[in-house]
Amino acid sequence: MKSQLNSNFSRRNFLKTSVLAGGGMLIGFNFLTACKKEVAMPVDIASLNFNDFNAFIKISDEGYVTIFSPNPEIGQGVKTAMPMIIAEELDADWSKVTVTQGALDTKNFTRQVAGGSQSIRSSWDVLRQTGATAKQMLVNAAAARWNVDTTTLKTSKGIITNANGDQLGYGEVVKEAALLEVPENVKLKEIEDFTIIGKDAINVDIDEIITGKPLFGLDYKVDGMAIAVVLRPPAFGQKLVDFNDTKAKAVNGVSEVIKFGDKIAVLATSTWAAMKGKKALTANYEDDQPESTENHDKILTDILDGKKFDTRREDGNIKQAFATADKVIERTYHSPFLPHNCLEPMNFYADVTADKVHLVGPIQTPQWTVSRVAQLLEREPETIHCEMTRMGGGFGRRLYGDFALEAAEISSLAKKPIKIVFTREDDMTAGTYRPAIKYRIKAALKDGKVSGYYLKEAAINGNMYGAISNFFPAGCIPNFKVDTANHNSNITTGAWRAPYTNFLAFAEQSFFDELAIELNIDAIQLRLDLLQNVKNSTDDKIEYSGQRMEDTIKLVREKGNWGKTQEGVFQGFSAYYSHNTHVAEIADIILKDGFPVIKKVTVAVDCGILVNPTGAKNQVEGGVLDGIGHAMYADFSFKDGKPAHKNFDTYRLIRMQETPKVEVYFIENNLSPTGLGEPGLPPAGGAVANAINAALSKRLYSQPFVNELKKSSVLG
Amino acid sequence: MDFFVPYNINSKTLNMPNYTLNINGKDRAVSADEDTPLLWILRDELNLVGTKFGCGIAQCGACTVHIDGTATRSCQMQVSILDDVKITTIEGLSEDGKHPVQEAWKEIDVPQCGYCQAGQIMTASAFLAENKNPSEEEIRQAMHGNICRCASYNRIEKAVKVAAEKMS
Repeated sequence: MKSQLNSNFSRRNFLKTSVLAGGGMLIGFNFLTACKKEVAMPVDIASLNFNDFNAFIKISDEGYVTIFSPNPEIGQGVKTAMPMIIAEELDADWSKVTVTQGALDTKNFTRQVAGGSQSIRSSWDVLRQTGATAKQMLVNAAAARWNVDTTTLKTSKGIITNANGDQLGYGEVVKEAALLEVPENVKLKEIEDFTIIGKDAINVDIDEIITGKPLFGLDYKVDGMAIAVVLRPPAFGQKLVDFNDTKAKAVNGVSEVIKFGDKIAVLATSTWAAMKGKKALTANYEDDQPESTENHDKILTDILDGKKFDTRREDGNIKQAFATADKVIERTYHSPFLPHNCLEPMNFYADVTADKVHLVGPIQTPQWTVSRVAQLLEREPETIHCEMTRMGGGFGRRLYGDFALEAAEISSLAKKPIKIVFTREDDMTAGTYRPAIKYRIKAALKDGKVSGYYLKEAAINGNMYGAISNFFPAGCIPNFKVDTANHNSNITTGAWRAPYTNFLAFAEQSFFDELAIELNIDAIQLRLDLLQNVKNSTDDKIEYSGQRMEDTIKLVREKGNWGKTQEGVFQGFSAYYSHNTHVAEIADIILKDGFPVIKKVTVAVDCGILVNPTGAKNQVEGGVLDGIGHAMYADFSFKDGKPAHKNFDTYRLIRMQETPKVEVYFIENNLSPTGLGEPGLPPAGGAVANAINAALSKRLYSQPFVNELKKSSVLG
Repeated sequence: MDFFVPYNINSKTLNMPNYTLNINGKDRAVSADEDTPLLWILRDELNLVGTKFGCGIAQCGACTVHIDGTATRSCQMQVSILDDVKITTIEGLSEDGKHPVQEAWKEIDVPQCGYCQAGQIMTASAFLAENKNPSEEEIRQAMHGNICRCASYNRIEKAVKVAAEKMS
């Protein structure tokens, strides 16, 4: 375990230093590559160069530490957690640490690292090493000043103390430290000596958020820019035939109407005028075989009934397992397309001029966006500068730069700075939805055990199981097979929070609940029995740990009082592994007028070392409620090629009165931190569905649950 | 990063009616079409961008402000009917960001993405001004109209409780 934590950090030259012209020391570093030899470190804050460095740390003459990172904040708290890791190894005073989203170099192509559940995991080592190296340089400078051996010095909260008790603040030695050679292979702290990691740190942007300061893309404003609101073909696959903009142009404030591709942009001096202008447009479209939820359903069923599949994993001999089974159980699960519905609708600023392009907005993939804009406008990427704002939610939607490309194209045609703004209706109907999926799972039961498991996945626009075929329950069942098949349609799809597993976990974990009842084994015990096979497995493709999963399940069994609840409380269990994190959940529900009310969800999580406990809990609480909300209510369908839901009046998101209390417990260990933004979500739907079955003897096979509950006799 | 950037561009002057709105204790003169929602007056004309756009149809609560102390959806309030009222936005809720609700939000570390939180705070502060000692059920009912897409609901509920204690 120790070797994993202090993994050998062999990359040389990942860090450079300089003396700042205005005073203080500057440290530039890279996450994944070495700093190029010929690259010069900037000597003033105004020219921080994020082309050659991922991030910078400034230590001022007064000992204040500022971390400049162009990394975006979606809401998963990395903007707080990542500086905590640097500050820990630096032995900085956390109250003197501030984080600034990098003011970017306008000349250079930027290369920010996108956020997501992998942020902390992938940067853990380098952040620690950076902090430790900077500290060592400060200590070396102090040792030289006192003319003592470096090993006689101690550091704490930004102060260096020698054997005589003399003290120097970091700020007092930065000038000398910056000129020293960068030491290699510095010693990292022992976990038990951590003073910042593992302690609650409040979101670094909290003051701006609670006082309404501009932070988000929608808040960004350039004097004189036009607001662009776009009319897109209402149905997927439609082509624009003609349009009439006479009424739109008559709207006070509308400056011009621009057709691009099959879309029409209305430009105006205000958002309201642009929205009114869009409403006043009339357009005719040509249809291309309009799709509907009914024909999607038939396509998926036909795929499952057919024989054309790609095999993703195969163990043992499932044919034989089914042929010799005592009993075979088969179930089919269905999920609709799902929109992301970030509360901040998609938006982006673009200013395309003859020699350069300036882009600003909420985006998770700036580098990809820049290269696509370069291609679209036939420009050199070096002439395109993309700045990221804070994001009002991501959930996967802001991985796709479609809105940034639209903004760039409109600005290019209008020859002026514009900001594209999606209305809620635009946001919900021009989505990159989670693909619609059907799973058919078949199990062979023999001698009281699960002897065979065959899962077939049918998808529209995107298979799930390809990337995760070595997740739980792979390795648990001797005869095991996963097949997938896809159908392409005109509907745009993409990653949705906890991609691949958000619906799959519900299907599999509901299925195991049924198997446990069929085998007359406690639902948790069945999982623990299955995991024994993985613990003994020599298959190194298996991505999760049988032991860590078992420990996580046992923790939730204890904390959630499994099987020991009061009368009238019904429980459901579910466990899943995703984004390198093991999670187990127990949902407690009661019945109110025959309808299930979720009272509590107990969660156990193994995500390695907890960097920021309050932030970590917040992520898990949100992930669980998000998972429950979408499993219960998210009803999205298509009719005549058009999304049937456009705004929150008919598309239901979970609200306060529907939310249970979420109690989160973490496994304590010294393993490297893993993802947290997503793994709480996948098990939630299954836990609730299994609890509903315990209460009502009603199995749920498709989402949203409310539709199934309404149909059932239970609710009349 | 600088959010309000000057840029040398000539935009035509529009012929629109003038209104005077009392916002955060100050009279503000604006010219806008009479059907313009207060939300867009605040955001586009006055640079008070703490009030957020989420749905435009009074379903999400991101645009909540106080009108004469009552929590109101600014996306539904036309500029032409607001001449006799006092409007408070998140920027004017307190002078120093230390309204008990803001303090509670910080103490409980509520936000994730943070986008809905100004609206949540405005709903909570108007509610607590009326109900000094709310029950859990009253809090859940009062906050039901505000969507948090990150689902930070457990913490919102807790923060309203903490704010109530601070205010009593």
